Amino acid sequence: MAFTKEEVYTKVQGVLEDALGVDADEVTPTATLKEDLGAESIDYLDIVFRLEKAFTTDPTKPFKIPRGELFPENLPAMMSDERFVKGDMITPEGVKELKSRMPFSDFTEFDKNPTMESAMSLMNVNTIVNYMYSKVGQ
Amino acid sequence: MRWIWIDKFVEFTPRTSATAVKNVSLAEEHLHDLYPAYPIVPHSLIVEGMAQTAGILVGEARNFAEKVILAKVGKAIFYRLTRPGDTLVYNARIEQLSEEGASIRGTVTLADQNETGAEKTAEKTLVAEIELMFSHIDQNLAGLEFPEHNFVFTEQFTELLKTYRNVAGIQI
Repeated sequence: MAFTKEEVYTKVQGVLEDALGVDADEVTPTATLKEDLGAESIDYLDIVFRLEKAFTTDPTKPFKIPRGELFPENLPAMMSDERFVKGDMITPEGVKELKSRMPFSDFTEFDKNPTMESAMSLMNVNTIVNYMYSKVGQ
Repeated sequence: MRWIWIDKFVEFTPRTSATAVKNVSLAEEHLHDLYPAYPIVPHSLIVEGMAQTAGILVGEARNFAEKVILAKVGKAIFYRLTRPGDTLVYNARIEQLSEEGASIRGTVTLADQNETGAEKTAEKTLVAEIELMFSHIDQNLAGLEFPEHNFVFTEQFTELLKTYRNVAGIQI
C-alpha cells in the first residue's frame, strides 16, 4: 500500500509523540530529534520499531528498516575524526561523508555554515518523513 | 539477598512470550522499608520483575550471547497495590526483536488465591501494564564499546539456568 506525503507525515508524527512523549504541536517539520524533541540514544531504536509497526499493512510482510539506513551508525566516532571535523567546523570531506550517510536530510541551511551545531539540525522530523516517503510513498 | 525478583517460569515460548510468578512474603526486607506500617511491593520492583521476565526471554532469543540491558520504560500503569501473600504473575510478550534490541509488552496480574469465593475477573486481578525496551548494548548504533565478558547473563545465572534445564525440566 502506498501512502500520500500527508499520510506519511501524520503517521510519523504519531510515532514521535508515542516514542518521545511529546505533544503533536511540538512535532513540526523542522523540529530536531535530539535538541527539540529530546531524543536519547535508545529512542532511535524505539522510533525504528514504531515506524516498522505503523507502516506494516500486511502482517505476513512486515515492513523493516535496515540497520543504519535511517539513523546512521558510528556518528560519534566520525565527529571525533580530524579528517571530518576541525574545531567547530566540519571539513569538506566531513560534509561529503555526512551527505552520503544522511541522504534524506536537507543540507540547504547546513551548507551555508557547516558547523557541528548546525549538523545537529540535520536529523529532524522531515528527514524521517522523506525517508519513509521514499519507501512507502505513492 | 540476590537481586532476583521472580521465583519461576510457568510458561516460556522462545522468541514469543514468557510467564513468571513471584510469591510475595512478609519476610522480605524491602516490604518494611517503603511504608513500615503498610507493607506493599514498590512499583519500581514490579517493573524490575517484568524486566527480568522479559530480559531472560529476550536473552534466550540470542542464546544469552548478547548483553541485554533495560534501556527504556515506555509505559508503566499501575491499577492496584500488591501485598504480602499475593502471587504476582508476569506475562511478557515480544513485540519486536532485532539485532540492536527488542521491545516488549507485558501485564502483571495477581494469581487467584486471595479471591475466596469471588469470581476472578481481569479488572480485579490486573496489577499493571508495562512496556519496555531492551538494548543489545554491543550492537549500539553509536559504536560504543563495553567490557567483553557478559555481565548481564553471568556465570551465576547460567549455572542456575542449567539447574532448571536439567532438574526442573523447564524449557528455557
